[in-house]
Amino acid sequence: MKNLLWALLAASIVTVVADVSVDAFVQLMFIYVIINAILALSLNLINGITGQFSLGHAGFMAVGAYVSAYLSSVTSVFSPFGQLVFFPLLALMGGLAAAAAGFCVGLPSLRLKGDYLAIVTLGFGEIIRVLLLNTPAVGGARGFYGIPGPVDLDLGFLVISKFYVNCWYSLFWFSICFISLWRLKNSAFGQKFFSVRDDEIAAEAMGVDTTKTKVLAFVISSFFAGVAGSLFAHYANYINPASFGFQRSVDVIIMVVLGGMGSLSGSVVAAVFVTLLPELLRPLQEITGVDLRMVIYASCLVLLMILRPQGLFGSKEWVHVMRSWRLRFYGRKSA
Amino acid sequence: MAENLLELKNVSKYFGGLKAVDGVSFSLQRGGLFGLIGPNGAGKTTLFNVLTGIYAPTSGEITFDQQSIGGLKASFVARLGVARTFQNIRLFKDMTVIENVLVGSACRSQSSLAATLIQSAGFLRESQDRMKRAMTLLESFGLADKADWAATALPYGEQRKLEVARAMASDPKLLCLDEPAAGMNHHETEQLMTMIRKIRQEFGLTILLIEHDMKLVMGICDQIVVLDHGSKIAEGTPKEIQQNERVIEAYLGPQTDEVYA
Amino acid sequence: MQSFIQHLLNGASLGSIYALVALGYTMVYGILQFINFAHSEVYMMGAFVAYFAARLMGYVDSPGIDALILCLMAAMAGCAVIGLTIERFAYRPLRNAPRVNVLITAIGISLFLQYSGQVVFGADPKVFPNLIQDRALFEFNGVEFRSMDLTIFLVTLFILLSLQYLIFKTKTGSAIRAVSQNPLVARLMGINVERTISLTFAIGSSLAGVGSVLVGLKYPKIEPLMGTMIGLKAFVAAVLGGIGSLPGAVLGGFVMGLSEEMVVAYLSSTYRDALAFGILIIVLIVKPSGLLGVQRVEKV
Repeated sequence: MKNLLWALLAASIVTVVADVSVDAFVQLMFIYVIINAILALSLNLINGITGQFSLGHAGFMAVGAYVSAYLSSVTSVFSPFGQLVFFPLLALMGGLAAAAAGFCVGLPSLRLKGDYLAIVTLGFGEIIRVLLLNTPAVGGARGFYGIPGPVDLDLGFLVISKFYVNCWYSLFWFSICFISLWRLKNSAFGQKFFSVRDDEIAAEAMGVDTTKTKVLAFVISSFFAGVAGSLFAHYANYINPASFGFQRSVDVIIMVVLGGMGSLSGSVVAAVFVTLLPELLRPLQEITGVDLRMVIYASCLVLLMILRPQGLFGSKEWVHVMRSWRLRFYGRKSA
Repeated sequence: MAENLLELKNVSKYFGGLKAVDGVSFSLQRGGLFGLIGPNGAGKTTLFNVLTGIYAPTSGEITFDQQSIGGLKASFVARLGVARTFQNIRLFKDMTVIENVLVGSACRSQSSLAATLIQSAGFLRESQDRMKRAMTLLESFGLADKADWAATALPYGEQRKLEVARAMASDPKLLCLDEPAAGMNHHETEQLMTMIRKIRQEFGLTILLIEHDMKLVMGICDQIVVLDHGSKIAEGTPKEIQQNERVIEAYLGPQTDEVYA
Repeated sequence: MQSFIQHLLNGASLGSIYALVALGYTMVYGILQFINFAHSEVYMMGAFVAYFAARLMGYVDSPGIDALILCLMAAMAGCAVIGLTIERFAYRPLRNAPRVNVLITAIGISLFLQYSGQVVFGADPKVFPNLIQDRALFEFNGVEFRSMDLTIFLVTLFILLSLQYLIFKTKTGSAIRAVSQNPLVARLMGINVERTISLTFAIGSSLAGVGSVLVGLKYPKIEPLMGTMIGLKAFVAAVLGGIGSLPGAVLGGFVMGLSEEMVVAYLSSTYRDALAFGILIIVLIVKPSGLLGVQRVEKV
């Protein structure tokens, strides 16, 4: 908890800096990092902690985004103070819709072996995308324009820019996501999730209902993916099915694998890195003229799996890793 | 409370044409220590797997604590109070010693999802309890000082003990041990025998074990059931079994007085 | 009626291709119990290898049997090499790793091949060389038998018969079957398990190579992302027939090809790709072991 508060403080400082810099691009990056962190954390629950292979995370994100966007377009506009409740509520709706989708997809497919789940979730992601492409009510291939987003908050003596308001939503949901997953991880539920990952037969013999456990992980994971989708929709004010394709799912998988499958803090760190990486690669792109991003991602995936499958932190958290480093280098426990 | 904790009536398990278990019947009294023996391939582990819900029986009835459990899912049977260890150790390899034990008790956790997320007082209390009980369990198995070790770092004998500890963590009524002494030397087997006697007494368990080590079986079991080629060929006290002709034949081959004719 | 038979022919043609690629999936699954996601990209590479081979040897616009044979050999060899390389450097180190890791690696390789293909070959489609003079061979009741279809049919038949012979009548084939059933015992019997696995990959991949050349005959546009859809449909074919079963893969392939053709002809072409997912979902819910599949019982 203490560490989370430190992280939030750091995030707040960065927020202020970002806003003061008035550079729209920096602001964009910041919000995207938070959204990606939520996506990575949620996927980590199912891929990392429970060891199931889901390739369709973007599909659940899409469900959340579109449901949230659609709801916001049919309900009437609200006061600048109402928005403080309205947008989190929209995200909640998006999350619940995505969770329902997760339940429908998960229940039949989680009875099957790992490889099949991968294909089914991949299929689901594609089906959602195709369905959305063919639904004119939400814009179809052209996309959904004009999604309402947070507006500046006029307190009279102070005007809080809409960037800050967006940050408040994103960080709010990020905290909920992180805290929930952290608490789950360190509870009987977490032990059940990990046991399913480790050895399903042994887990069953120990009284763990593996199907129920897997479905639960899947539903929670989809919920937060939907929330992330909603945040994305209301920040970007425009969504189209193409942004929720397989490539997006792969982006999230890279974050989870890089950070460490099972490590929540690892996913956050990896999200920061992976979101900012394309920008770091831009000069290279300018020189060579080709988009090497996916080639690099793909090679990293393979190399990571062969050379360092535990990614950055394995299943441990930043806290534990720091502690064992200190022990190793200084030969004593930290104060 | 009925006398018989577990009753098998004509239980069979066929894999296609292979009759792994064929019409086996016996009962376990509450609080007893039973052995299940027989030559390799007799169907002992298959019977275990049927008992614990990993396989569904092809036919026959299994009644545990007056409830029919034949064909029920393994996790359900486990939660009813049947715990087991495996012939080839199946510890959770990526977890520590204490985490393995905690998984055992996870199925008994009463905390709901909501309680876990808001960390209610009930949840916090239960977490502490579970941790304490896990440590106590480890202490009685002599593993408490290695609680934070990776489970795979334990020496073989202690890994077997950990498996038993993990099975105990779910507070079972019936403990099924599949070859607990496999790979142990004389001294370790003695320790195991003492431990089994102790936990039977301390926790009031009924224990069913598969074993090849005759010293252990004859030494601690009240009743022994002998399987051969899937069928039960004998049942009785250790003394009766040792003198049973069919059992001797099953293990050593037909006893004839003729020398190669 | 005539158009129905025409559709049957087309469907069988398509089905042969699916069958060939599906065999690759099923052979690897049979021996390693894992889905080689990168197979679809090996298939794609086969098409490009054949394309460049044809250009190199100057066969671009001179159709003929020799051109066909050259392309087939090039594609088969190329795919075999690629498959072997992937197995040796990406899958073998992970032989004892958790399943999720291998699956992720396979996806990584698949993506790597796709995107480096785009970088190296360019994302624009290339035109596959004309290998067989496309003409109607004969007509029967208004139904045209084209040379393309006949070629595809003959090549597939030849390959399937050879595979049948290889798997069931040679020592290598027995080795493959043995390792599929029980690698430990196979090793104890003196079979070089690593080499057998590599061989299986090589054979499966070269089958994909054949498939890619045949596809190039019928649909001459090739591009680095062509593997995805075919790979998926062939995979569904393998699952439909029973993953791990060779005749199942062939059966599944033909079922997929025929049903796709029928759906496009009589329903609507927008559902062409969705059909594959639909069939997959139905199979996985109703009978996951497939039509001819064998349920593996894990020893506890």
